[in-house]
Amino acid sequence: MNEDGAHSETVATQGDEQPLQQGHPNHPKAMRVEAVLVALPLLIGALVAEYLTPFPNFLIAGPVALILLLVVIMLPHRRYAVRGYALSEDRLRVVRGMMFHSDTVVPFGRVQHIDVDRGPIERYYGLATLQLYTAGSHGDVISLPGLAHQDALDMRETIRAHIKRASL
Amino acid sequence: MSELSASDSNREETPDSAASDDMRDGEPRRTDPRTFLVQAVEIIPRMVVPLVAVAFATRDEGSFALPVMLGFGALFLAASTFFAFLGWWRQTYRVGDSDIRLETGVLSRAARSVPYERIQDVSLEQGFVPRLFGLTMVKFETGAGGSDEIKLAYLSNEEGERLRELVRELRDEADGVAAPAAAQEARDVQGAQEADAQLLFAMGPRRLFVFGLFEFSLALVAFLGAAAQQLDFLLPFDIWDFDFWRGLVAGQGEQLAELGPIAQALGAVAAISTLLVVGVVSGIAKTFSRDWDFRLERTPKGFRRRRGLFTRTDVVMPVHRVQAVRIGTGAVRHRFGWKSLKLVSLAQDAGNASHVVAPFAKAAELTPILEVAGFPLPPRGLAWHRTTGSYRVVSALFNAVSFVLLAAAVAVATHLFVPERYDWLWLVAAAQAVMAGFTAIQQLFLWRVERHAISPQHLYKRSGWLAPGYKIADRVKLQSVEIARGPLGRMFGYVTLNLGLAGGHFALPGLPREEAEALRRALLASMVETDFSRLVK
Repeated sequence: MNEDGAHSETVATQGDEQPLQQGHPNHPKAMRVEAVLVALPLLIGALVAEYLTPFPNFLIAGPVALILLLVVIMLPHRRYAVRGYALSEDRLRVVRGMMFHSDTVVPFGRVQHIDVDRGPIERYYGLATLQLYTAGSHGDVISLPGLAHQDALDMRETIRAHIKRASL
Repeated sequence: MSELSASDSNREETPDSAASDDMRDGEPRRTDPRTFLVQAVEIIPRMVVPLVAVAFATRDEGSFALPVMLGFGALFLAASTFFAFLGWWRQTYRVGDSDIRLETGVLSRAARSVPYERIQDVSLEQGFVPRLFGLTMVKFETGAGGSDEIKLAYLSNEEGERLRELVRELRDEADGVAAPAAAQEARDVQGAQEADAQLLFAMGPRRLFVFGLFEFSLALVAFLGAAAQQLDFLLPFDIWDFDFWRGLVAGQGEQLAELGPIAQALGAVAAISTLLVVGVVSGIAKTFSRDWDFRLERTPKGFRRRRGLFTRTDVVMPVHRVQAVRIGTGAVRHRFGWKSLKLVSLAQDAGNASHVVAPFAKAAELTPILEVAGFPLPPRGLAWHRTTGSYRVVSALFNAVSFVLLAAAVAVATHLFVPERYDWLWLVAAAQAVMAGFTAIQQLFLWRVERHAISPQHLYKRSGWLAPGYKIADRVKLQSVEIARGPLGRMFGYVTLNLGLAGGHFALPGLPREEAEALRRALLASMVETDFSRLVK
């Protein structure tokens, strides 16, 4: 908890019973595409600002482009490395976040309904986001992106079957 | 559509889907084809404003105006109908063996699954336009409470009715196996009925009067003072005017004017005491009208609270729906031993009313209520834990620095923009500086007093410095557990434990990671023992 430079290591060793699983390898690619889609308008904005102001060439757009490049190239893989999940027989654990780290566990017995969502980029990469809704006011949605679509569906079936069994 | 085939193959493994009803085989189906027509029609009122704008823009075009407007209108209508059609085409629902599913989205696909065990209610809703077409919207509510249930828009009336009956039947079937718990509940109810309604707490006029004294609202007084200053032309006299008060205090003949500063001070005292009297009287009046004849009873259906002088409210809160309780107090009333008790109920009840069951009571009066609710006071010998010292130091610094920055900002602004040497804004800046010191000291005191503990069934949190309160949660009734850590927590070694609570929030900030993980393990162990469907019965 003090200094965790090697994120994937800390994720693997932090805490609970089960080792964490990583998402689908396509997930960082999808995150990169999303980052590009966010970065492009910002870059265009910087270029326009550059054009409109009398500063010397690339004083604005240069640094902006550099930061955005880092964000697009570095960030997806690092974010992917700190993410992880563990599905055990009665609960799902979701770990995420570099700066703001969160480690959430929701027992299947508290799941109200289940979503499997896929945006256009996720569909292209064959990914899906699993969302579990609870009745809690805080953290009522536990979201797990970057799963292979079939895995997400299988997890949904597992959880649904558990709910049916648990209420027997 | 691969998701459909995937779950189809899954379904084939469960042979109990051999029900006769054709809706039960879980075929994905679309809502009524007239849906997109309804949606297109419903857009027409929203087209009026843009069309008027177009008409306004083209008013000088003379003979072109009308065709252009109609052209735009037709274009809008065609486009909206097209998108409504796409949306309709891509939306399917299915009524399966153990859940109801809805898949939507043209580009983004969303598939939602609601197990029957979680469906609390099925309702039909008819808007004006759908009604003309003989269509209805079917809504499925779950314990999640609020906007996230499934909405099927639109089905034909018969189809809606049929679906409601079917889902209710399936839900009862899913629930039916939980009968032992229900029977237990029924026995409890029976037992309670024999005992009849039992008075737990009541407040007479005497208690209300004392309560009213504490309900003195400083904010109201400040507001009235400011209003009196701003709106003095509305008053028949000027409350800040010494002559008026001299007239009242001393009578006309006296020659007090020479007294100068003393008399001015007297005038200010008179003005302030008037405001104080107004504050006290309004506090008492408010309390009497709100809490007149306050009665809390234990009835077979749960807690029953009646109160009010002009509008008398009668609220029943089922005991099993209580998720947590909060014991609060105020900085002054705490010195006299007065406390209040609130219940935290399921999210969907939260909007109805405040769940205060004892607004002004001694600790001994709260104990029986807490016992009925199933949230006893912390037993002796619990292991209480403090937050880490680093968390308090970081919070103290953070609070102090933010107030100092505010004070500096106000001071700089006053210095730059206010020409007078003395201005009340300097007072504001000074107050901010005092707040900086206060919040820093507060954090250090909070380190001493703020603690938490777990008993075999409950989670306790003691919080507050001048007005200490308790929050008690049932370990079984929590929804999720999150360990969160921000950049500061990472640097100084603490985490926050966020607990999902239906209808409320329960967070334990500033824990060492190992302790948070131990707590989470313990809480999860009690949570997984009981399914949600048993909690809400």
